[in-house]
Amino acid sequence: MSVVNSVLNRRRFVLAATGSLVGVLAAPAIVRAADEINLYSSRHYDTDEALYANFTKLTGIGINRIEAKADELIERMKAEGSNSPADVFISVDAGRIERANQENLLQPVQSDVLSSRIPQHLRHSDGSWFGFSKRARIIVVSKDRMDPKDAPSYESLTGEAMKGKVLIRSSGNIYNQSLMGSIIAAHGSDGAAEWARGIVANLARSPKGGDRDQIKAVAAGEGDVGVVNSYYLGKMIISDQKAQREAAEKVTLVFPNQADRGTHVNISGGGVARHAKNKQGAIKFLEYLASDQAQEYFAAGNTEYPVVAGIPLPSPLDTFGDFKEDKLNAQLFASLNSEAVQIMDKAGWK
Amino acid sequence: MATAHDFRDNRTKLTAKKGWTAKVRPNGVFMATGILTLLMLLPIAAVLSSLFDTGRGSLRHLASTILPDLVFNTLGLVCMVGLGTAIVGTGTAWLVSACRFPGSRFLQWMLLLPLAMPAYIIGYAYTDFLVFAGPLQTGLRDLFGWTRNDYWFPDIHSLWGVSVMLVLVLYPYVFFLARTAFQEQSRGLLDVARTLGRGPWNVFATVALPMARPAVAAGVALALMEAIADFGTVQYFGVQTFTTAIYRTWFGMGDRVAAAQLASALLAFVFLLVALEHWSRSRQAYYDTSSRALKPQPVLLRGWSAVWAFVACALPVLLGFVVPVVILFDLHFDGGDSFIGNRLMVYAGNSFLLASGAAVIITACAILTGYCLRRSSGGAGAGLVRLSTLGYAIPGTIIAVGILIPLGAFDNWLDGVMRNWFNVSTGLVLSGSVIALLYAYTVRFLAVANSAIETGFKRIPLHIDDVARTLGRTRRGVITSVHLPLLRRSVLMSAAIVFVDVLKELPATLIVRPFNFDTLAVRVYQLASDERLSEAATGSLVIVAIGLVPIFLLTRFADNRSGQISNSATIKLPQ
Repeated sequence: MSVVNSVLNRRRFVLAATGSLVGVLAAPAIVRAADEINLYSSRHYDTDEALYANFTKLTGIGINRIEAKADELIERMKAEGSNSPADVFISVDAGRIERANQENLLQPVQSDVLSSRIPQHLRHSDGSWFGFSKRARIIVVSKDRMDPKDAPSYESLTGEAMKGKVLIRSSGNIYNQSLMGSIIAAHGSDGAAEWARGIVANLARSPKGGDRDQIKAVAAGEGDVGVVNSYYLGKMIISDQKAQREAAEKVTLVFPNQADRGTHVNISGGGVARHAKNKQGAIKFLEYLASDQAQEYFAAGNTEYPVVAGIPLPSPLDTFGDFKEDKLNAQLFASLNSEAVQIMDKAGWK
Repeated sequence: MATAHDFRDNRTKLTAKKGWTAKVRPNGVFMATGILTLLMLLPIAAVLSSLFDTGRGSLRHLASTILPDLVFNTLGLVCMVGLGTAIVGTGTAWLVSACRFPGSRFLQWMLLLPLAMPAYIIGYAYTDFLVFAGPLQTGLRDLFGWTRNDYWFPDIHSLWGVSVMLVLVLYPYVFFLARTAFQEQSRGLLDVARTLGRGPWNVFATVALPMARPAVAAGVALALMEAIADFGTVQYFGVQTFTTAIYRTWFGMGDRVAAAQLASALLAFVFLLVALEHWSRSRQAYYDTSSRALKPQPVLLRGWSAVWAFVACALPVLLGFVVPVVILFDLHFDGGDSFIGNRLMVYAGNSFLLASGAAVIITACAILTGYCLRRSSGGAGAGLVRLSTLGYAIPGTIIAVGILIPLGAFDNWLDGVMRNWFNVSTGLVLSGSVIALLYAYTVRFLAVANSAIETGFKRIPLHIDDVARTLGRTRRGVITSVHLPLLRRSVLMSAAIVFVDVLKELPATLIVRPFNFDTLAVRVYQLASDERLSEAATGSLVIVAIGLVPIFLLTRFADNRSGQISNSATIKLPQ
């Protein structure tokens, strides 16, 4: 190879390298304007964009976002310490937001709007976090092969008649961990362990896939009864894909435990970060999330249940009907998370 | 063919005469490699530091419950992925480089395509197609009127299922290293074997394959480290491994100490694997000679053997690339991303910038470590380099958290100093910046770049350095005017593969990135975690498409120039 050639190429290479390096470093330079809040959020729904845009339109406060899994956002906030730019932390379940609180990453706030609009069992007692939308852990049964009356409760899924019929996702999933927490609260550790063993004994297949996969599997006949989050069923019903809608049509929704404690409900919640630089903006944002307008976004965009009473339910939530919810404080079942995981491990719930 | 000779002896003589020593001494190269290694180990140390805290005893709980499963699954994954990638990667590499059959030139670059396919995406695509509720089984049931207990169908959500997925996307690591090794082998050596009465398959088994062993081992090591670190795919397939257990103890049970203990067990295991491989090769030496070897003459295959060769090489491409792409297109047309257009272009731009920036930086680091390895010929330098590449076996999330901790500490320290002395707050300087992201990528992917560059360095006989020095070049002169031009192909290879890896990378990007900074992988994750696979298909296809660009450039370059550089051969001699 000639030396001239290689020198030329090397020069080109270095030039290109420097160019792309400068480009990369300069690209995301974010200068924080005076009226902005920084969101660390584990919500990741396209429909939330309208929710945030509307807040900026109403208040003039801009929103910067980092969306990632809650556990990792918590680690990031811990590492960033007192200089953390986070103003608001948002999770999609009670377990994680309570963990953030226990890690001392949130601060209590006093707001009449929040404490009057959000029911007591859906917020932390000292105002460290508030639930803004609800997801019910519902049972779906095959329309063709099972009578909804045969699966009236979480406990009914462990009966002899359910052998080989039950579909539920992995115990690594936080919604199952929270459900397990609520079962511990209802039946104690031993009762909960027995329930977990009963579920494992009745599984149609070893746990896998997401919630939509359980619904699809019930529709296709791999099992006859599944445990899923209400909003996944809702989103399948309003999906623009035929296959999703068809699968959703083949199942019947059951709100479990209507005769006793009620259906287990998890929340998507938010709180003001411990080291928030724009605390006022952060509170305004939380209050906005509790407003009628924002509550309607949660329901219409993502088929989540509003936490504020009296918000009209859009389709398909209105067809689901009213249900009695387990009023167990989210703070409590969240604190049982670690024990829940251990019980599921012992039961062999993969 | 030049006779094989031990050039190291020559080198010693030459050194003695010229009076410059190759002994390890604290010069710039070692200092720089040392600093780099420290930087690479920092995040791992940050995570493992909690080993010495008091835990909650989750490990005892694990030991009595899921630990046997974890060990079985992780070992099973290692065996299956190791064997699978070794067989597929080496077999296809041998066929396309030593044989000619219809389509062999075409397949030579097609075989690299699965590299552009992220493991989690191929997992989504196949499960969507193959599960009970998927189109295949539904079709079978409709056709034959079966219900669930009437037939048996392999469960893709299993250890073997996830292993097959990983083999399909990871075998190219073995393929590209093995192919280079086969192409560099001297024709003379193979001809000698043929003259001695060996058949072509016998030559492969007794000469070509043993000579390519270091390359195959390096490729398999990369594939295994990637498989061990995988979280997304195994989690989706419901297979519990050490990596999922680390997540479970850390995030599910909030026990960071137990997570650190599991992570260190994982690291020890990786160490053991690497050491075993080195030990098994320790009684052999691989020598470079600079004979003006002819390129090996490919064997012309005809008839059935040509058909079998074609099928063997086409199958991995079909299963690892064509089929998943077809499934993704089908999903895309079924739903598709609503952000298609400008938004997706912005994401693609971000992905592209990160990937190319990382490709440049990481390849530069690998040139440094490769050079250090060359200068040290074993000993301390080699140890440093091995340590610096450990990050590849660590799950991305763990690396990411490990990066956040020291950067956060540094930023807060700097802020404190500045407040005290100048009454100015600097806030966070490095945390949440693109620099932090590039740092994370370097920790994660230095191993990949390193194996490409190291292979390249090994092909340059050491006595070339001596000659250049005798001709009056400084050490730096040797690097710039001898090494870099000869390394050009390896540099491109390293840059291309790092580019594709960063493009696919998810966990570190997700957690370390700046505000409002989305990439294609992040977009795909957001849709997939909401279980919207057909929407996620669009972004996945764009990732694959961008990943094809460097692979295409690489193959073009490799085909055009390979003759210029491959003037050396590897000869194995018993010691």
